[in-house]
Amino acid sequence: MEKKRYEKLVVQYTPKVPWVKNAIVAFLVGGAIGLLGEILLRFYVQALEVSRADASVYMIVTLIFFASLFTALGFFDKLVSKAKCGLIIPITGFAHSMTSAAIDYKKEGPIYGVGSNIFKLAGSVILYGVVAAWFFGLIRYLIEVGL
Amino acid sequence: MILHFHNVYVGGTSTIAGPYEAKGPLRTTFDKKYQKDLYCGEKSFEQAEVKLLEDSLKILLKKLKKEPRDIDLVISGDLLNQITSSTYSALQLHSPFLGIYTACATSVEGILIGSTFIDAKKIHTCIAATSSHNMSSEKQFRNPTEYGAPKPATATFTATGGASIFLTDQKSKVKVVNGMIGTMINYDQKDPFHMGAVMAPAAADTLSKYFRDTKTKPEDYDLILTGDLGLYGKEILRDLMRIDHQIILGDNYNDCGVMLYDLKKQKEVNAGGSGPVCSALVNYGMIMKKLNEGTYHRVLLIATGALFSPTFVYQKKPILSIANLVCLEATE
Repeated sequence: MEKKRYEKLVVQYTPKVPWVKNAIVAFLVGGAIGLLGEILLRFYVQALEVSRADASVYMIVTLIFFASLFTALGFFDKLVSKAKCGLIIPITGFAHSMTSAAIDYKKEGPIYGVGSNIFKLAGSVILYGVVAAWFFGLIRYLIEVGL
Repeated sequence: MILHFHNVYVGGTSTIAGPYEAKGPLRTTFDKKYQKDLYCGEKSFEQAEVKLLEDSLKILLKKLKKEPRDIDLVISGDLLNQITSSTYSALQLHSPFLGIYTACATSVEGILIGSTFIDAKKIHTCIAATSSHNMSSEKQFRNPTEYGAPKPATATFTATGGASIFLTDQKSKVKVVNGMIGTMINYDQKDPFHMGAVMAPAAADTLSKYFRDTKTKPEDYDLILTGDLGLYGKEILRDLMRIDHQIILGDNYNDCGVMLYDLKKQKEVNAGGSGPVCSALVNYGMIMKKLNEGTYHRVLLIATGALFSPTFVYQKKPILSIANLVCLEATE
């Protein structure tokens, strides 16, 4: 069979990805994480009497802490595989990727294991995050100086 | 080319299963099950895989009432880099060792090599072994084990276990009749989450050549089993055989990856089992039992391997595949 014809055969037997369902789940779960963030933010502003900027740092740290803790306890991966992008795109996904890599390479020791592998998945996010931030910073600067 | 064997028999087998396999429909056919977790009492997943294979070799020798010095050759392979599960578990035997690799086609490759040595009268006895571990494979080939990456329905689930088969020139109830070594197949498949589509052309290639060269038909066999094509790969193979070779695979065709788990209840396995031990657990357990009992008389086993390298896939190269075939017959 020709490769092109085979490709058609494969597509015929490949179940369709439920894009709409996945998008709705991601929207709802991602939204819920956002709502949780906002609640935490207001809670910290009120309870600790800090500025909104400071409270947002506390809120992010809280979300990272629980995502990492739940990853270590071994059930967060099951939630992520169900909620998909709803949990991967927020900061919870970033924490999850680092903690899961760290757990995996713990046996190979702190240097060759955890140290060199913890950014296995998150490395790309950091690199391109920094590059994107630099470009957007440049654009903002150019706008501000009146170009 | 068909490899004919005249004096090769199966003296015994052993199967060790992990927790997911122990929940599957074939749970009663395994010699030992690790039900608690995937660590099997070891410190890491890699070491757990060594343990599974070690157990399988030990239990096989115990069942056969043989000592390691009675084994002329050990042939083993697995998925890990440097086939470490095989090498570390063979250490205890101090027998001559051959390491092999054709991913999930390894089990039958081992049988074919061992049978050739015995048939040529170079050796009298041989153990062919293989293993795989769900988490050690995930870690090596995909994402960190605790990372909950979403997987499509076509993804397969690497089986956890160790399995060994003892081949001998002494007559037993099951004979290794003949076999066929597969060729490298490339159908430009690049999706590591659709291994069934990668391997189905290899299975079709070997199977059609085998039917042609032996002048047999699918109906001549009690059972035709592919290794780990999964739910979708199985249907692709049926179509490939029908369209390209005008061969209809009937109800006597099945796939080990589909048989190892309860696909309705065990949703985590998606399209079914995979890994070298997937077909070995089914074949050396349930199938061997039925051949010994005389329920089956003639069985074709086609172990299918996707030679998946993450490096080559990232470099935009296709995943190659191979299928090795062996025919077993009940002697009585």
